[in-house]
Amino acid sequence: MARIDVRKTYKLYIGGAFPRSESGHSYEVADSKGRFVANAALASRKDVRDAVVAARKAASGWAGRTAYNRGQILYRIAEVMEDRRPQFEEAVRQSEGITAAAARSQVDAAIDRLVWYAGWADKLAQVIGNANPVAGPFFNHTAPEPTGVVGVLAPQSSSLLGLVSVVAPVIVTGNVAVVVSSYDRPLPAVTFSEVLATSDVPGGVVNILTGDAVVLGPWLAAHMDVNAIDLAGVAGDAELATSLEVAAADNLKRVRRAPETEPDWTNDPGLSPMTGFVEHKTVWHPIGI
Amino acid sequence: MGFEYAPAPESRSIVDIKASYGLFIDGEFVDGRGSSFKTINPATEETLAEVAEASDADVDLAVKAARRAFRGWSRMSGKERAKYLFRIARIIQERGRELAVLESIDNGKPIKESRDVDVPVVAAHFFYYAGWADKLEYAGLGPNPQPLGVAGQVIPWNFPLLMLAWKVAPALACGNTVVLKPAETTPLTALLFAEICQQADLPPGVVNIVTGAGGTGQAVVSHPDVDKVAFTGSTAVGKAIARAIAGTDKKATLELGGKAANIVFDDAAIDQAIEGIVGGIFFNQGHVCCAGSRLLVQESVADEVLARLKRRMGTLRVGDPLDKNTDIGAINSAEQLGRIRELSEIGVAEGAERWAPACDLPSSGFWFPPTIFTGVTQAHRIAREEVFGPVLSVLTFRTPAEAVEKANNTPYGLSAGVWTEKGSRILHMASQLRAGVVWANTFNKFDPTSPFGGYKESGYGREGGRQGLAAYLKGADA
Repeated sequence: MARIDVRKTYKLYIGGAFPRSESGHSYEVADSKGRFVANAALASRKDVRDAVVAARKAASGWAGRTAYNRGQILYRIAEVMEDRRPQFEEAVRQSEGITAAAARSQVDAAIDRLVWYAGWADKLAQVIGNANPVAGPFFNHTAPEPTGVVGVLAPQSSSLLGLVSVVAPVIVTGNVAVVVSSYDRPLPAVTFSEVLATSDVPGGVVNILTGDAVVLGPWLAAHMDVNAIDLAGVAGDAELATSLEVAAADNLKRVRRAPETEPDWTNDPGLSPMTGFVEHKTVWHPIGI
Repeated sequence: MGFEYAPAPESRSIVDIKASYGLFIDGEFVDGRGSSFKTINPATEETLAEVAEASDADVDLAVKAARRAFRGWSRMSGKERAKYLFRIARIIQERGRELAVLESIDNGKPIKESRDVDVPVVAAHFFYYAGWADKLEYAGLGPNPQPLGVAGQVIPWNFPLLMLAWKVAPALACGNTVVLKPAETTPLTALLFAEICQQADLPPGVVNIVTGAGGTGQAVVSHPDVDKVAFTGSTAVGKAIARAIAGTDKKATLELGGKAANIVFDDAAIDQAIEGIVGGIFFNQGHVCCAGSRLLVQESVADEVLARLKRRMGTLRVGDPLDKNTDIGAINSAEQLGRIRELSEIGVAEGAERWAPACDLPSSGFWFPPTIFTGVTQAHRIAREEVFGPVLSVLTFRTPAEAVEKANNTPYGLSAGVWTEKGSRILHMASQLRAGVVWANTFNKFDPTSPFGGYKESGYGREGGRQGLAAYLKGADA
């Protein structure tokens, strides 16, 4: 008799732990051909709030890490992903309905992107900060700092490369993230959270909720302890994106707007995914004896 | 201890205020299609001029003029654009005294501030951004920096000409054209600036100035052909703008309110700190978004700091803005005076102790004496809300951690001050304070090269410096 396989329970990732949704709800995840694959936890409004609390708790510690240390940890995420390539390739192939070769190249690109961002940790401040030659006897310089808790609606199509492309720039700059995964393709995100849990990323720095951005987005956009939001996951839904921007204005969140269509995530990201979530701080001090 | 001073008024004969002003659209002054309103001298309540209130149709004409001008202005080589901006900077310097007097008359700020701070920094701002116009590709903001288009800019009444400079100079340097709405109570220096644009032979439509109140401002920021919104003003209006442009491609820079902590440690150089506290809250009558309106003083030196602060406040001269010895001028409007009075009364009602030095206030005009509140808790409205007047709330702390906690306990995050002789503590505090500008052992310093702007609900985007260019270029995020 063939061995009965042991199936995995796909859970949320909040504050470094893997809880089920407090709502007790789950939803059926199908592969690209509509066949049942697994039940994923269906995150609720309360899960969003719990995740924001966990993120806020982790924020100052993560922002206080040295840039070198953050870079090391991002690189560590890439290492652990590399180690689990077959699992990611299978999850991406199954989720996105692409060939094994295409899935492999998505995983390659996701890992390479993490390595790319890892290197930015201790360089961004040098590239976008500067000394200011003010007209007086003052030391004056400007440097970027993290904006704080960033809500991330991850892309709906690109289940892994897209996810990594929106999460890495948020955390490499010292922010913490509350991420809502792709609704139809959540399983690579769950596996990614298992990587995060074993990559020296402190609990709460990245929180990943599987669920519906249409349902959870409004709570995240309106949450008064969230400092910024990336609307990538509602690309193409102009009406929803507009309402989320309106909600975000209640505490003047920094908003990375939803594109008209989901971009090709293999393109060079440029600096804007990072610079959209940093604050420039300018410090003055007199020069004298 | 007060000193007697003979009056030393600056002559106002240098300015020629017309009886009425139109709108500046497409290089010409034109009559508005809407109604008009009066601008008054807040120190005397005399009417200075009748000013057109731009209607939606007027704003539309201004935006159309800006759009037509954009083609030529954006394609002009940066080298040539720069020369126009240098010209403007020079004319501002040449007409500096005139601008300063007019600013003090329309705004109520002391002539020593308009003359020594506002106008020189305005000229410096144009001079600084003029030099960027032909160097944008070196700014590190992408390989092919391109302007956004037409910028709709709405500015406040506290630094009328300086806020104009912060908006117009970087916009023009990057190749954008602008429609600017000055504040309802302080339109005159913007209209004089329009004349300066004419003297500089700036191409018509590159700068358009539409006067009016909130409705005009709304028309500017929500006009469908405006690509960029830049606003300085209240957080409430800033949020309304963020909602209004949701779902559009408009980029926004919002420079909003503040409730800055000015933190004095027990090892601070107390005399300098006192000057910093006074300058931090009483500069420009406290009509400063980054004013140090919450004094956090370490408990062990609180009595000494308060005693010296009160003594120093007793020497501040409140009165005629055009008197060269005046430290504190007029409150900008009856409405603002009402708000300051209301919040001060609430401060007393909530249990804080109010103190102001004895001072004679003029019988006409809008005046409020320099005032401090002690016994203030973090829950008091005077510790939470922006008073935007010469009113300081004093709180105490025991440890650096408590100072950080209290300083950051506000939805705002524009500026902060730190006074201590210990270098490592300065850098620690600077890193912990959630504010866009941190002044250490100084306060209220401004420079064109130094980016300014807030965290949290104090807005987003930066004005000034290299970072200030990013707000006016496509795809650029400094």
